[in-house]
Amino acid sequence: MKVRAKEKDGVVSIKVLMNHVMESGRRKDKKSGELIPAHFIKTVTITANGKDVLTADWTGSISKNPYLACKYKGAKGDKVKVSWVDNKDKTAEKDVVVK
Amino acid sequence: MKRRSFVKGTLSASVAGLAVGAGLIPASLLAEDKKAEEAAAASKDAEATKDAEAKPAGHATSFDSTIVDSAEKSDKIKLKAPDVAENGAVVPVTVDASGLEGVTKIQIIATNNPDAIAGTFNLAEGTVAFASTRIKMGKTGPVIALVTVGDKSFKAQKDVKVTIGGCGG
Amino acid sequence: MPTMDRRTFFKFLAMGVAGSATASLPWLSAAQAETPSLYDLPQKGQARILHLTDLHGQLLPVYFREPNVNLGFGHALGHPPHVVGNALLDKLKLPKGGVEAYAYTYLDFAEAAKKYGKMGGYSHIKTLLNQLRKGAGGQKNTLTLDGGDLWQGSGTSLWTRGVDMVEASNIMGIDVMVGHWEFTYEEQEVLSNVALFKGDFIGQNVRVKEDALMADEYLEMVEKNNGLGLVDEDAGYAFNPYVIKEVGGKRIAVIGQAFPRTANANPPEFFPDWSFGLREDDMRDLVKKVRTEEKPDAVVMLSHNGMDVDIKMAENVPGIDVVFGGHTHDGMPIPVNVKNKAGNNCLVTNAGSNGKFVGVMDLDFRDGKVNMHYKMLPVMTNQLAADKEMEAYLSQMRDTKYDEKIVESRHPKRLFNPERVGKSYKEILEEKLAIADRLLYRRGNFMGTWDQILCNALREEYKADVALSAGVRWGTTTLKGDWITMEDVMNQCSMTYAETYVSDMTGKQLLDVLEQIADNLFDPDPYLQSGGDMVRAGGLDYTIDPTKPLFKRITEAKLDNGKAIDPDTVYKVAGWAVVNRTPDGRLMWDVVRDYIKANKGKDNILALPKINHPKLVNVAKNPGIADYDGDLS
Repeated sequence: MKVRAKEKDGVVSIKVLMNHVMESGRRKDKKSGELIPAHFIKTVTITANGKDVLTADWTGSISKNPYLACKYKGAKGDKVKVSWVDNKDKTAEKDVVVK
Repeated sequence: MKRRSFVKGTLSASVAGLAVGAGLIPASLLAEDKKAEEAAAASKDAEATKDAEAKPAGHATSFDSTIVDSAEKSDKIKLKAPDVAENGAVVPVTVDASGLEGVTKIQIIATNNPDAIAGTFNLAEGTVAFASTRIKMGKTGPVIALVTVGDKSFKAQKDVKVTIGGCGG
Repeated sequence: MPTMDRRTFFKFLAMGVAGSATASLPWLSAAQAETPSLYDLPQKGQARILHLTDLHGQLLPVYFREPNVNLGFGHALGHPPHVVGNALLDKLKLPKGGVEAYAYTYLDFAEAAKKYGKMGGYSHIKTLLNQLRKGAGGQKNTLTLDGGDLWQGSGTSLWTRGVDMVEASNIMGIDVMVGHWEFTYEEQEVLSNVALFKGDFIGQNVRVKEDALMADEYLEMVEKNNGLGLVDEDAGYAFNPYVIKEVGGKRIAVIGQAFPRTANANPPEFFPDWSFGLREDDMRDLVKKVRTEEKPDAVVMLSHNGMDVDIKMAENVPGIDVVFGGHTHDGMPIPVNVKNKAGNNCLVTNAGSNGKFVGVMDLDFRDGKVNMHYKMLPVMTNQLAADKEMEAYLSQMRDTKYDEKIVESRHPKRLFNPERVGKSYKEILEEKLAIADRLLYRRGNFMGTWDQILCNALREEYKADVALSAGVRWGTTTLKGDWITMEDVMNQCSMTYAETYVSDMTGKQLLDVLEQIADNLFDPDPYLQSGGDMVRAGGLDYTIDPTKPLFKRITEAKLDNGKAIDPDTVYKVAGWAVVNRTPDGRLMWDVVRDYIKANKGKDNILALPKINHPKLVNVAKNPGIADYDGDLS
C-alpha cells in the first residue's frame, strides 16, 4: 500500500494506492472454467491523529489495485493511518506523516 | 450460492469494453490479454445484472433505485468521469460535493453493474466532501454520485460510454 | 510532371477565393510580377496565426483525394464538413471545375490531379510560410501552429521514430503543437522528441495517471528528461496545458487539446502512464483561469478533437475566440461560426490533412475586441519553389541507410527487416511494385480502393474468409496508370503496431465488431464518436443503415461467394494493428508489398477484381454522399 498525504492551505490531501485483486466473484478462470471466488476489500478506514477521517465500504465494482483520494482539514505533521479489511478478513495498514 | 447462473454465454456479447482501435481484436484472441480480460469480466458482471436483481445472492449489493430516484439533482455536486472509458476495468470517478454543507456520505453508483453501489464513503466531521476512486464498468451506462446531507440526499449523474476503440484520423 | 498551366492558376487567383492583393510572386519571372498572387496576403491586423495539421509524415508532395462519403446525422446533417462534392462547392460558394474543386473535393480527381499536380510537400509549405510571414511584417508578427498527427504516417517517420518530423518541423518554425499519433512511440521516445522539438508541445487533457504519480519509475523518467513529462503534480498535467505567445505585440493564449480517445484507439502499452479524454469541465475551468490570470488579448484552442467535437466544445466552453482543429481531415476553407452558450462567438476551423492546406488567421485588435480574418490556402506544389534548406534536410534524411537499429514493430522478432538493411530509405521507398489499374484512395466513410488492396493482401496471406482494416483517415492517393511504390504502401500502413494476425471468429462476433465500430462513427453525439471512418471489411458485403441505433445498423452480411454470414459459423478473419496485444504475423507493409508484386499482370498492372462497397440505406438524400460506387437507397 502506498499513501501520500500533503497539506496545502489547511487542507490535507490523502492519496492511497492499494494492492488487491478485487475479484467480484463473477469471473471465470480461463483454464478450469470455474468461477474465481469473490475477494475484495470491504472496508477502508482512514484516521488522522487517531480521529476518524473516512470509512469507505466497497464492493467488487471497485477496480483492481484500488485507488482512493480524500481530503480533510488538518495540518503538517498529522499522523495519518490507512487500513483495509477484505471479505476474507485479511487486513493491511500504513502510517504516514502529513508533509 | 449459484454464481454459475450469473455467467451467461462467452465473451461474445460484449466485445464492449475491449479496446480495439486502429485494429480489431477478435474476441477469441482476447483471452490472452490482461486488460481485455478484466474488462470482459466487468462486462460479465454487467450482463449478470438482471439475474442479480432477480435473485440477489452472495455479496452482490441489492440495489434499490428508489434511493437514487428520490434524491434531488444538485449542480453543487461536481462529478468527474470520462465521456468514454479508456478501459472499462478502470474508470476514474471523482466526486466533489464541497459546495454542499454538512455532507456525511458520498456514494458512487454504476446502475448497470450487479454491484451497483461501487463504494460508500462515510465522512467524519472536518472531512471535505470529496472522494475519488476507480470503478469497473461492464457496459455503457450512468454513473451517479449520491450525496447525503442529514436526512436529505442529492445527486449528480454522468453517462459513461464503454466501447471498443474506434480509430483516429 | 503534370503542371497546371499558368493561365488556369491565375484564373483561380482572380476569382478572389483568398483575397485580391496585388504584389509580386518572387518565384516567377519579372514579367508576371504584377499579377495578383494568392500567396501574397497583406496582413489585416497585428497578429497572424498560421495553421498546419495532420501532415501524417508527408514531407514530400502528395495526391490526396477528399471523400465522396462524409455523412453527418442529427445536428451535423447538411452542415460542413458533412457536405461533399458539388454540394460543398455550392455551400461554400466556390467555382466548379477549377482548382478549388480539386483541392476541396473528390470531383474529377484523376483529371484534376494531372492538370494541377501534387499538393503540399514540406519544402513548398516552407516557402509559402516564409511568404506569409513576410506579408505580416516578419516572423515576430506570426505564430505557427501544428495540430498534431505530424510524427506518423510515412516510412521515414516510422524508421526515425518521428525524429525526421521533429527536425523538419524545427526548420519549418512550428511554434506550438498538440498530439495524437505522436503518442504511439514509447513514452521515453515521446519525451525525447518533445525535448528535440524547439516549439511548445502542449495539451490540457494529457494527464499522468494516479498510479504513475505514486510510483517512483515515472518520476525517475521525468527526472532523466530534465522535468519533461510532468508540469503539475496536483493537476497531473504531463505537458503544459497552454502557452502564452507574444505575437505582433499582442498576448495570445494557446490552449492545447490532444486527441481525447488516444488511449482507446491506440495500444496503451506505448503510454502506460498517460490518460487522455475530452475533459470539457477542465477545459472550461482552464479557459476561465487563463482569461482571469493571464489577461491575454485572445484565447485560441489548438485541437485534435475532430471538427464535430470542436463545434460542440466551442458551444459549451465560453471564452475561446477561435479553434484551430484537425483530426478529421476536413479541409474547410470557411470557418464555422459557433454561438457559445455564454453568448460569445467562436470560429471553428479545420485545416485538412497531408500538407494540402495552410490556414491563415489574421487577428485585428481594435477597441478591446478582436476581429478575425481567415483564409485557407491550398498548397499547390508546382506554384511554390522548394525551400533550399528544407530540401537539403529531406534529401539528406532520405539518404540515411536502414540499419539493424531500426525498430518498426512491437514484436521482438520483427524489430527490423534484414532484407532492408544497408539500403537507403529512399532506395527502399522508391521501389516500383505495380501499376495501378484505377484511382487508389482511402479517405471516405466506407471502403476505399487502397483499403481493398490492404484487405486482399491480408486475405491472401492468411487464406482468410474476411479481412478487416481500420478506417483511418490518412493514406495518400495513387493515380491510375502510375506506379505503386513502396512509399505508397508505407503511406497506407506506417505505424508502430502493424503486426498482422488471423483468428477464428463466429459470425456474431464479426458483426458485433462491425456494429460497435459503426456506433463510434455514427453515434448522434459527437462526444461519443471517435473520428475515424468505418472499418474496412474485405471479402464481406453488407448493408448498413447509419441512422439506426447500436446493433441495428448492419444487415444482409455475406461473403464474396454470396453465402450469408451465419451467427454461429466460425470464420477465418485476418487483420492488423491490434491495440491490446502483439500478434506475431508479418508486418502489414510486407504483406501488402508481396501481394502487389505477386498479383500484377504481365503488363505490370495490378487488377482489382472487386471492391467491397457496402450497401447504404437511408442516406440517398444526405448531402454527405455523392457519386457512391456501391448500392444506395
